[in-house]
Amino acid sequence: MEFLLVLGFPLLGGIALALTGHWKRAAEINAAFSLLTLLAAIFLTVNVVEHGPQLLYDEQIFIDPLNVFLVALTAFVGFTTSLFSRPYMRIEHHHGRLTTGRLRLYHSMFQLFMFTMLLALTTNNMGILWVAMEAATLTTVLLVSLYRTAASLEAAWKYFILCGVGIAQALFGTILLFFAAEKILGHEGGALLWTHLDAVKGQLEPAVMSLAFVFLLVGYGAKVGLAPLHNWLPDAHAEGPTPVSAVLSGLLLNVALYAVLRCKVLADGALHSSLAGLLMMGFGLLSVVVAAFFLSRQKDIKRMFAYSSIEHMGIVTFAFGMGGPVANFAGLLHMTVHSLTKSAIFFAVGHATQKSGTQLMEHIRGLIKLSPTIGWGLMLGTLAILGMPPFGVFASEFLILTTAMKQQPWATPLLLMALGVAFAAIFGKVQPMVFGESAPGSLRLLPHKPAMLPVFMHLGLVLMLGLWIPPYLAEWYRQAARFIG
Amino acid sequence: MSHYYGQFINLLAAILLLLSFAMLGQRRILSLINLFMAQGAVLCVSTATVAFVTGQSHLYWSALITLLLKVILLPWILHRLIRRLNVKWDIETLINIPTTMLIGIVLVIFSFNLALPISELAGTVTRATLGIAIAAVLLAFLMMITRSKAVPQVIGFLAMENGLFFAATSATYGMPMVVELGIALDVLVGMVILGVFFFQIRERFDSLDIRHLEQLKED
Repeated sequence: MEFLLVLGFPLLGGIALALTGHWKRAAEINAAFSLLTLLAAIFLTVNVVEHGPQLLYDEQIFIDPLNVFLVALTAFVGFTTSLFSRPYMRIEHHHGRLTTGRLRLYHSMFQLFMFTMLLALTTNNMGILWVAMEAATLTTVLLVSLYRTAASLEAAWKYFILCGVGIAQALFGTILLFFAAEKILGHEGGALLWTHLDAVKGQLEPAVMSLAFVFLLVGYGAKVGLAPLHNWLPDAHAEGPTPVSAVLSGLLLNVALYAVLRCKVLADGALHSSLAGLLMMGFGLLSVVVAAFFLSRQKDIKRMFAYSSIEHMGIVTFAFGMGGPVANFAGLLHMTVHSLTKSAIFFAVGHATQKSGTQLMEHIRGLIKLSPTIGWGLMLGTLAILGMPPFGVFASEFLILTTAMKQQPWATPLLLMALGVAFAAIFGKVQPMVFGESAPGSLRLLPHKPAMLPVFMHLGLVLMLGLWIPPYLAEWYRQAARFIG
Repeated sequence: MSHYYGQFINLLAAILLLLSFAMLGQRRILSLINLFMAQGAVLCVSTATVAFVTGQSHLYWSALITLLLKVILLPWILHRLIRRLNVKWDIETLINIPTTMLIGIVLVIFSFNLALPISELAGTVTRATLGIAIAAVLLAFLMMITRSKAVPQVIGFLAMENGLFFAATSATYGMPMVVELGIALDVLVGMVILGVFFFQIRERFDSLDIRHLEQLKED
């Protein structure tokens, strides 16, 4: 029942807002539907944690500790983003960058995007997982081009083509997976259902499975933003409206990585070798290094934080590639804190750019004087994402680094160097934006009160996760880490 | 008897490959859409034949979806689009056509090598055609790379989906029905969104040349 509501609310919300979105209260309706989704997700989570994994609807839906944790995270960040987007989009409307028609498109697509992500997370069918991932791209293409500027159209086109081609590779991988599974499970009777595949993974043909995993990793990896297929990500984040950047960075990348993880479990079982782990470590490390060096060259604030997302997804992919209970635990924790911190940063960045009227970092100065909450939000968020203690990112990065020293010592210098470069690049740019001298009158007054509550809510949670992980949550992470193997 | 059907499916696969090459070499958008339609028709006939030979009744539904979506609906949308957008001019390619053809031949050889170990494992009557399916995917990919206009790129994208569909039929007699329906829905929604998107691009740049879309770069 809870499950039906988790998927039902966003779908219903998307349709309702498409029909009635020109109402003045559309932003509130959007937030209300997101809140209902969150409540349903909480009930579902409690249920799964208490009663164990659930198979529903003819085994088409499978909910275990691994995905229910992402469902809760997705619903939570979706809700706070809808709170943030209410004043943000009003201000954009006020500044004349958006018409009412486009706001209607935005609200409707936001809910449908949530629906596709939640479907991708909960489905047991690898084919439906593909369909939902592709649908998630489709719902966000028109959001990236919402401003209809030349740059935003280009970003959306790149996003569509690169992710489309990427996801086509994943479809081929899924076909190969089905081909390997069909020999054992038969054509009828769920040869694409993950639970069935998981039960027989030891018998799947290794030659086919290794090929399938390569295609699946490249395909879904393009959506995770792994180098060298990351080109769409900075453009889409920089040119779309900021709430969209927040959910792309905070949620979509996680969901794509979740798809990779499900495939990795199957590949590990079939291959009896560490091919899958090695590939993930390679792609992860490459992304970390590439992103770190691109970071220092950025001029646009949203582009810079988009590269930071590539870096962090690289770290998580690397952690899951190493495998083992500690690395998996750290990877899951890092997914959580990254998604909370990065969306908080994008909320703060959104209001900072609205105040200064530009996304170019050299023109944003002295936020702390004219708007202390935005300034502090950005500063604290930046410190958190750079892995400063006592924030949660520090805890997860520390775990990943120490595990790397033990298991893959060759990779540690590369990781440390990349983290150092990223620190210098980001901190050096954010510091003058917050504390620098501003030219008088360079910051405008906003016509609506900015929403800073979501920022501090997220940062508070990240701080808590750094100091103390509630035993309930820790047990939950451990369970999920065991599922990944 | 089934031997002749096997030959017939191979013949259809050969036609599919030929059509992929024809699309690679085609300069006119209208002909490109017609070629895409022909590819869809071949796909539909071959799926129906496989369904008849193997008695897999769900493949008849796949064939029907292919007929409706790829032979009727998508070409109709594309025709309407180019009429509304008024883009019937010749396509410029980024690499000249004979060179593209040569690269295409290399890709076909590569695909057959890639498919060899898989098709040996497959027990389907259509296993010989798996190489052609992969070749069709890669040729469509090549077409996307070498074209500079938005519409041909999208046709390349759709042709790639055709190749993947053919791969699914020849390796496994098609995916489960619910997945195939989902994929068809995605393709259709994607096409509609792209249609909207084309109008946005044209409104902004007065042209559908995606070379305008190369401003976002790292400097």
